[in-house]
Amino acid sequence: MTAVAQLLDLAFILVVVIDFFLLSSSRMGAAIRVVALQGGLLGVLPLMLAPPGEPLGHYLVLAVGALAIKGVLIPWLMFRAIREASMRREVEPIVGFVPSMVLGGIGVALAFAFSSRLPLPEPSAAHPFLVPTALSTVWTGLLLVVSRKKAVNQVLGFLVLENGVFVFGLLLSDFMPIMVEAGVLLDLFAAVFVMGIVMFHINREFSSLDTEKLSALKD
Amino acid sequence: MLALMLLVVLAPVVFGAIAFAYPSNRRRPVALLAGAAVHAAGVAALLAAPGEEVPGRWLALDAIGKVALGTTTVLFLAAAVYAQGYLARREDRDNRVFVGGLLVLLGAMTTVALSHHLGLSWVAIELTTLTTAPLIYFNHNARSLEAAWKYLLIGSLGIALALLGTFFLALSGAGPGGPRSLLVEELVAAGPLLSRPWVRAAFVFLLVGYGTKMGLAPLHSWKPDAYGEAPGLLGALLAGGVTNFAFISIARVFQVTRAAGEEAFARDALVGLGLLSIALAAVFVVGQRDFKRMLAYSSVEHMGILALGIGLGGGAAAGAFFHLVNNGLTKGVVFLSAANIHRSFGSKRIDEVRGAGRRLPVSGPLFLAGFLAITGSPPFSPFFSEFAILNGAFGAGRWVVGGLFLAFLAVIFVGMGATVLAVVQGDPEGAPQVPGTGDSWLTAGPPLALIVVVLLLGLFLPQGLRDLFTSAGALVGGGRW
Repeated sequence: MTAVAQLLDLAFILVVVIDFFLLSSSRMGAAIRVVALQGGLLGVLPLMLAPPGEPLGHYLVLAVGALAIKGVLIPWLMFRAIREASMRREVEPIVGFVPSMVLGGIGVALAFAFSSRLPLPEPSAAHPFLVPTALSTVWTGLLLVVSRKKAVNQVLGFLVLENGVFVFGLLLSDFMPIMVEAGVLLDLFAAVFVMGIVMFHINREFSSLDTEKLSALKD
Repeated sequence: MLALMLLVVLAPVVFGAIAFAYPSNRRRPVALLAGAAVHAAGVAALLAAPGEEVPGRWLALDAIGKVALGTTTVLFLAAAVYAQGYLARREDRDNRVFVGGLLVLLGAMTTVALSHHLGLSWVAIELTTLTTAPLIYFNHNARSLEAAWKYLLIGSLGIALALLGTFFLALSGAGPGGPRSLLVEELVAAGPLLSRPWVRAAFVFLLVGYGTKMGLAPLHSWKPDAYGEAPGLLGALLAGGVTNFAFISIARVFQVTRAAGEEAFARDALVGLGLLSIALAAVFVVGQRDFKRMLAYSSVEHMGILALGIGLGGGAAAGAFFHLVNNGLTKGVVFLSAANIHRSFGSKRIDEVRGAGRRLPVSGPLFLAGFLAITGSPPFSPFFSEFAILNGAFGAGRWVVGGLFLAFLAVIFVGMGATVLAVVQGDPEGAPQVPGTGDSWLTAGPPLALIVVVLLLGLFLPQGLRDLFTSAGALVGGGRW
């Protein structure tokens, strides 16, 4: 096994470890840092997965884009949000930290089972950890969005979900047009930006970023 | 052809940028009208131009695109005229984001109509979520903020799952001999070469993802809140425009799924979700005290009818595309007239609103006529499209599906009728009144014009349009209508 292959295994495992950390963590500052780290890892993955001998341009654009948007810009926005709202932690999530860990574990097991059943059209080309990592990260993101009450944590969940989708997209980077990939990254950034603006207004209107306060509308 | 297509995509965005930069709050809405007019002219030229098939191109205008684009440009033009009257009465609010956002939304919707590349469609649909979320917050109060947050979060989650589904679909064509492409035509042509398990998984994720944008039950939870709190003008564009584009994206994915040999599975899913949506709307419409939320459940119902139509296939598929037009235009009538009533009474609860027919001599009766049209009463056009879908169900021997559909429609008619009559009938004496909010040409004219179109389409459907719906239906495996 070459050094690059070992590093690649490590990167995939780290992405999943970060998922578990997020499910168990109540401190928002730490959660944002770790999501930034996951974004950074996603910036490195395209370069490590690039088939040797091919021109790197496309992968380089993808890597720099992911690093800048997922690793730097969005975490910076999130840090601003918690500073403005002076919040530190998620106190009482809808699903507790231990049950979320257990659910996350089940998700990872299912992701491995699912991906071993779904045959990849080109089995040789893909790294064996890629699909399970992507699916368990998607699952973690979904869990975070539905089980957390603080708006910042819900946005972090959405980011983790998008990170999972991004990892899956690496399977296809050799024939996804660069315009579409750029569009996806820009849309993600715009989504978080709009969410940030709405969070700013929520904080001003309710003096808190607790989405439990958003319960006036019902039938 | 390509130049025209780029014009209709980019012109609204350019006008949006102008609106954003323009300093005067009072004159800014004119940009909306100009953008809508240029777009309508461009679409008219596109529809008149002889079709040409250029394989491998991202932008193309097929029958499905023609139906959706034609509906949207008419609805948007009506909404733009209405906005002149509405925004003139709302000078207290800065309309920079509102006007700019609506124009970018028009560009994004047009892109979805023309795009045959599933990746590009995804980017444009996500853009529709991002441009409309701040507009829901136009009134800047706690309730609209809550609605905007839910819309944004639920919509973004759905759209993220749709992206995963899009990747699954791309992967299904990555095998040996596969098209390695996301162009609908190339995927359909590859058909059986696609990997079936991945196509099936892709269809599930895309149905859930775009189904959330469409507001199919049980993924509709954002809808009553967003439609209830957004200005009526935006409600009309969401219910009659944005949701249609999520629907045509599902129709395009269904084309691929069908070609890959997973047709039966996909049809069952569409019929199931469609019927569930209609049933859920029937439950929530009965006893609804808030007439704008009632319209949201009506939108859930009609999205269900669209899904049911292409799920059933045969003549029902063409009926579904006819219904897309009818629902889009009629939603313009009911949302715009409901908005006029809401503004005049300063309330949207039927406990406080009564006698709208007397106080608003145009909008009140229009709301009633719109209700009759949207619930499928003849001679309005939704009757004929719903009849085509029902006919398709019975014609295919799906007695249970057809029977349930008919029963739910009856419940919805009665439930909506009770709420609408409470609003329109009675004596407005003593009900709350906001001064300076009577009917004007600019606010009552556009819904009036739309109901005339809906009536005319019901009385006489030109052969050219009938052929267009049939060929749109044929793209998703429909038969003669």
